[in-house]
Amino acid sequence: MSTATHEESTPDMEQFHPHRRWYRRPSVVVPVVLVVLGYSILVSPLIQEQNFFRPDVTADGSVSFDWNFFIHLTPLMLQGLVVTVKATLIGFLLAVVLGFFLALGRRSHRRWLSWPVTAVIEFIRSTPLLVQLFFWQALVRSSEGINLQPITILALGLGIHYATYCSEAYRAGINSVDKGQWEASTALNLSPVTSWTRVVIPQAVPNVLPALGNYLVAGFKDAPMGVAVNVHGLLFFADQVRNDTFRATEPYLIAGVGFLLVSLPAAWLVRRLEKRISYERV
Amino acid sequence: MDSWLLSGSQYRLLVEASGTTVQILVYSFVVGIILSLVVGVARLSANVWVRGVALAFVEFARGISSIILLFIVAIALPILFGAEQAPLILLATIALGINMGGYGAEIIRGAIQAVPKGQTEASISLNLSPAQRLRHVILPQALTIILPPMGNLTIEILKGTALVSLVGMTDVMQMARNIRQQQLADAVGTQPVLFLNVLILYFILAQVINLLFKLAEAAVARRYEGGPALTEAELEAIR
Repeated sequence: MSTATHEESTPDMEQFHPHRRWYRRPSVVVPVVLVVLGYSILVSPLIQEQNFFRPDVTADGSVSFDWNFFIHLTPLMLQGLVVTVKATLIGFLLAVVLGFFLALGRRSHRRWLSWPVTAVIEFIRSTPLLVQLFFWQALVRSSEGINLQPITILALGLGIHYATYCSEAYRAGINSVDKGQWEASTALNLSPVTSWTRVVIPQAVPNVLPALGNYLVAGFKDAPMGVAVNVHGLLFFADQVRNDTFRATEPYLIAGVGFLLVSLPAAWLVRRLEKRISYERV
Repeated sequence: MDSWLLSGSQYRLLVEASGTTVQILVYSFVVGIILSLVVGVARLSANVWVRGVALAFVEFARGISSIILLFIVAIALPILFGAEQAPLILLATIALGINMGGYGAEIIRGAIQAVPKGQTEASISLNLSPAQRLRHVILPQALTIILPPMGNLTIEILKGTALVSLVGMTDVMQMARNIRQQQLADAVGTQPVLFLNVLILYFILAQVINLLFKLAEAAVARRYEGGPALTEAELEAIR
């Protein structure tokens, strides 16, 4: 995703420096950075789920808000936050891929395919994610032989929920490609696969990127719901500190602060992307 | 899965609990609409301070997740301000209302900006006060633009009401969990079927909201389809 935009943003540089070193080429560096980041966050055991959030300072019992306690909760909060971010990223990966196929299914001319897909999309879109999470959890528990971690259930639920949103974005993006492009690729005798991968998708994706970014931020906002299925994320941290220390104000407020620290920059980045793409289109 | 249906008494419990869900939805809708009107208009104010405060509110309400906001408002703030006896439904309404207000303000701001500028200039030249201008000229025209996204937002808030079960209110979601506890104790029934039925209940509620907004859109479209935009009483009120 970001490779394409990065390349587009520096076309003139490419002309003047055709033989840059590999580490100065966005087309090489961006995937490498993404893969390393993705591996370190999603796959490697570098970041582990914390089982017990136990603060090492105790609060002053006489006041209703203790700044010292508040500050010292930060490292624990960050551990919870990372788990939440991780679930969001895995879920969004699923949503982006699954959403595309849902969009294709909905656009299909075969009614036996497009009608059920439309019904499923509408159903998932208008029901709460929380209930869906419970549903997936119950489904996993009642089926034999399948045993999923809570974080996997959360990522699955988030992914399926936001796949329906993403599919609408894709559908709008694909519909925004000019009809003449389809006719031209038919006239050039391109196979359906070629006209999709080489003509339609490259033009549709830049239009879709801002919407996808918005859904990533929205998915991050829903990820703390994982506390309901026992994901050891941001709200689980706050709940556990409250149960441990009988103090509710500090953990929940610092959870809110940590959340804003991620979501506001993310929203700002998406807005910048949106502006940049609309600027390039004009 | 032996049966796709629950027993009659379980359905009755769920429908009773959906009363709480609808109640929270209506309350937070009212709070949300008021907030979004006030903040949406304030976002376009000539005063820099008013604009800044409105922008900060919108950024906060849209940046924070509704579930974290709910936990802060329902659990952390009452202790901080020593109001631990505050009714939960009020706190839940405030949290969901703030959440809706942030998104609604942007919808209303966009709709007001979409009304042609000549309308504002004409009503200034007709010596209408700013309040009259907003009430009788700008908002009625913005309404056709506001309604469709507001319908979607209301469905989002309906989805948000499921969260209040996590802070201890008995809405549909909490009732479903109670029924599940009962099922576990009796060792009968399958859990996915229970939650599937709850999902369908929420889907029906969402479709009702959808229908209401479609009706409202049709009513607005009928009203502004030629003919006088203002009724006699409204004309009288302006004079």
